[in-house]
Amino acid sequence: MPYSDKVLDHYNNPRNVGSFDKSDTTVGTGIVGAPECGDVMKLQLKINADGVIEDAKFKTFGCGSAIASSSLATELVKGKTLEEALQLQNTDIVEELALPPVKIHCSVLAEDAIKAAIADYRQKNGITA
Amino acid sequence: MSVTLPIYLDNNATTRTDPRVVDAIIPFFSNVYGNSASKSHPFGWAAEEAVDKARAQVASLIGADPREIVFTSGATESNNLAIKGIAEMYAEKGDHIITVVTEHKAVLDTCKHLESTGKSVTYLEVDDNGLICLDELKAAITDKTILISVMAANNEIGVLQPIAEIGAICKERGIIFHTDATQIVGKIPFDVEALGIDLASFTAHKMYGPKGIGALYVRRRSPRVRLSAQIDGGGHERGFRSGTLNVTGIVGFGEAAALCQAEMASDAARLQVLRDAMEARLLQEIPECQVNGSREHRLPGLLNISFGFVEGESLLMGLCDVALSSGSACTSASLEPSYVLKALGVGDELAHSSLRFGLGRFTQPEEVEWVTEKVIAEVARLREMSPLWELHLEGVDLSTVQWQPH
Ligand SMILES: Cc1ncc(COP(=O)(O)O)c(C=O)c1O
Ligand code: FES
Repeated sequence: MPYSDKVLDHYNNPRNVGSFDKSDTTVGTGIVGAPECGDVMKLQLKINADGVIEDAKFKTFGCGSAIASSSLATELVKGKTLEEALQLQNTDIVEELALPPVKIHCSVLAEDAIKAAIADYRQKNGITA
Repeated sequence: MSVTLPIYLDNNATTRTDPRVVDAIIPFFSNVYGNSASKSHPFGWAAEEAVDKARAQVASLIGADPREIVFTSGATESNNLAIKGIAEMYAEKGDHIITVVTEHKAVLDTCKHLESTGKSVTYLEVDDNGLICLDELKAAITDKTILISVMAANNEIGVLQPIAEIGAICKERGIIFHTDATQIVGKIPFDVEALGIDLASFTAHKMYGPKGIGALYVRRRSPRVRLSAQIDGGGHERGFRSGTLNVTGIVGFGEAAALCQAEMASDAARLQVLRDAMEARLLQEIPECQVNGSREHRLPGLLNISFGFVEGESLLMGLCDVALSSGSACTSASLEPSYVLKALGVGDELAHSSLRFGLGRFTQPEEVEWVTEKVIAEVARLREMSPLWELHLEGVDLSTVQWQPH
């Protein structure tokens, strides 16, 4: 299957690979997917006192499109408030990476990971949205 | 160390036609272009002579008599002819066939078809090395069993079944023995007499010959095996397979067989050294990887290996400069893991991240080294990115994690 140049770029030079300390209260962690399905995505957000996403990191077990989707997601959320980040849609990722229809679920996974990370942060800090 | 990319390591899918084979074929397109069945002029005689020579070359490679070779379009057709041909011809004697779950689709789907026509088929399981158990085979035999079909070498894992032992069992019980010998012929010694084989399927394109030409070996003496033809027409190939002979293909098949016979020992020894070195280095450099299938009973040029905690499709993407096959059928657009690896008890995740390296006559040592280093680097890079690898390093047992399948 031919991959778009953007997918190849993120696959070859993934942005923001890594991990934050899960127990840090300024960090929200989202892990979505399952090994049997062939994709597990971990997205972590570091949130400052103003509720802005200061930094983001990911690790992904999945196809090249899943790796690219999560890499792009970390770039997209940085500098955004939690509210803004929640507005991000998987279609933004599909468009930017030119994902074919069979790879749309990879972008859905990235959207889910952002939401899960924010939910984790809010839960940790007793914030009800 | 310089290599030309992409590198071809998919020699169990097909092989490059040996340039010497190509040279041998060319005159048969424009000079000797007669129909080998034309008995009334020199064009036909010359073609027939070439076919006779090739038939002798192919027969000699497997220790058969030239009159025991039936040319077909390839191993798929040979398997169909053997299995359907026996089922029809011996219908009065019985209706039971025994085969194995790890056979090629050309055997399995043929058996499925026969089941739909009322025949009964037993599919033997394999152990975690990919080998059948001879006692289970014996236990599966009934007085209705007319055919046992067990492949000599598996196309995905290269595992060699105990063919001589199966041949002896068949002889003792008076059952016809067919083997799909596609992956073994031309690679390591294979002799129909020594192994007690009644029918054997094989194909030129796996042994450096052209595509679209294959053969079925059909035993003529003790016992004389009879078959119902599956393609009717002019009665070519002693009535077993009608249709004007593919003279160019047959000439190439003959030449490929002669080359394999002459060079088998040195080719096999060379490939074994290259494969073993690759295997040893991968096992040494990459933790949590496993070789699939028996390492003892295996073709010399094949290595099937799974890497834990990396996903197969992304691994193939990282190896886009290498032509190889993976155990997940992602490449064929379905997410089904290989049924062969499943039969060995390899879990879905490891099956998805398995690669089959197929070395061949034209594989250079530098190419194998390049690929080996690339695999080591890619697996390390992808693991660095893998949340599963991270959990594994933290000592988490992944089967205890509450996942969120989507
Ligand atoms: C074990 C085995 N049997 C049968 C076949 C089919 O051979 P052919 O392509 O000549 O039909 C293959 C190759 O794909 C094979 O590996
Ligand atoms: S993560 Fe499943 S195909 Fe991309």
